[in-house]
Amino acid sequence: MSALRLSSALAIALLVGWFIYFSSSGTRPARSGPVKPDKDRHQAPDFALKDVNGQTVRLSDYRGKVVLLDFWATWCDPCRIEIPWFMDLERRNKDKGFAVLGVSMDDEGWEVVKPFLSQLGVNYRVLIGNDETSQLYGGVDALPTTFLIDRGGRIAAVHVGLASRRDFEDGVEQLLQSPTPAAASRAALPASSLRSE
Amino acid sequence: MGEPQKVAGKRNASVQAKIPVSVRPGYHVNSNTPTDEYLIPLKLTWVSAGALESGSVAYPKPSMEKYEFAEKPLSVFTGNFELVANFKVAANAPAGPGAAVGKLRYQACNERACFPPKTAEVTVPYQIQ
Repeated sequence: MSALRLSSALAIALLVGWFIYFSSSGTRPARSGPVKPDKDRHQAPDFALKDVNGQTVRLSDYRGKVVLLDFWATWCDPCRIEIPWFMDLERRNKDKGFAVLGVSMDDEGWEVVKPFLSQLGVNYRVLIGNDETSQLYGGVDALPTTFLIDRGGRIAAVHVGLASRRDFEDGVEQLLQSPTPAAASRAALPASSLRSE
Repeated sequence: MGEPQKVAGKRNASVQAKIPVSVRPGYHVNSNTPTDEYLIPLKLTWVSAGALESGSVAYPKPSMEKYEFAEKPLSVFTGNFELVANFKVAANAPAGPGAAVGKLRYQACNERACFPPKTAEVTVPYQIQ
């Protein structure tokens, strides 16, 4: 059986020093940001993604509403903590010009997302994301990453990683209380430019 | 990534490759047996074993860790650990060098965020004697 015997060197074949590296963005600590002042907000990139019914949904469809845009995945436990908060925000504010949009980054798509949504009873619209959409938003790598978008379609806050429920509630409340862009621009018009009825 | 050490053996011999893995401090990867069906397990599979016949892969015992973002402890690997891949040298293996190539799929998180699943290539060089 000597032919079958391994040399000691064989038995302990030590391989490659494997090191699990994460992308540079993966090493960033999770961070949250408060609602930015108007002047610091940039337009949220538009996208077109499908919802569970196959309907194409564009972010621009929501212009005039405050939107909580949540990039998440079924394999992301921190995302799962936030989902019930978003369901509550949707329930309490949907009639006030607010909507939650979930963008799932699951590679397997609806096959895994649909049962997950049913299990949690998610009450807001969820779309299947892709790399293109992720790139539009800065290459969303850490999940969850959540954007608060004002009524003018501008990014008012970004939360990377698990944030606090209070952060979302305060942010949404603040944005809902802000005047709509149209109302704000009317207020800024000089009196002479207003037509009398 | 360091230089891999060769596995060597004669025809019909059983050989083992120890594959060291290191997870950056503050991060964890799901174990091969995560506690939730939606979590992505760490898994080593062989794409091409060459003159070796791939066998079982032994994973270390996972640790059950509690994180702020999860209600229950999660089955994870952290720090440095080893995977042990078992092979048998094929009966008709030609003498000489070769390499078994595999893929290690994993999904990592830290205390507040998770990162997309990734696949790393694993190469086990061998020498058939």
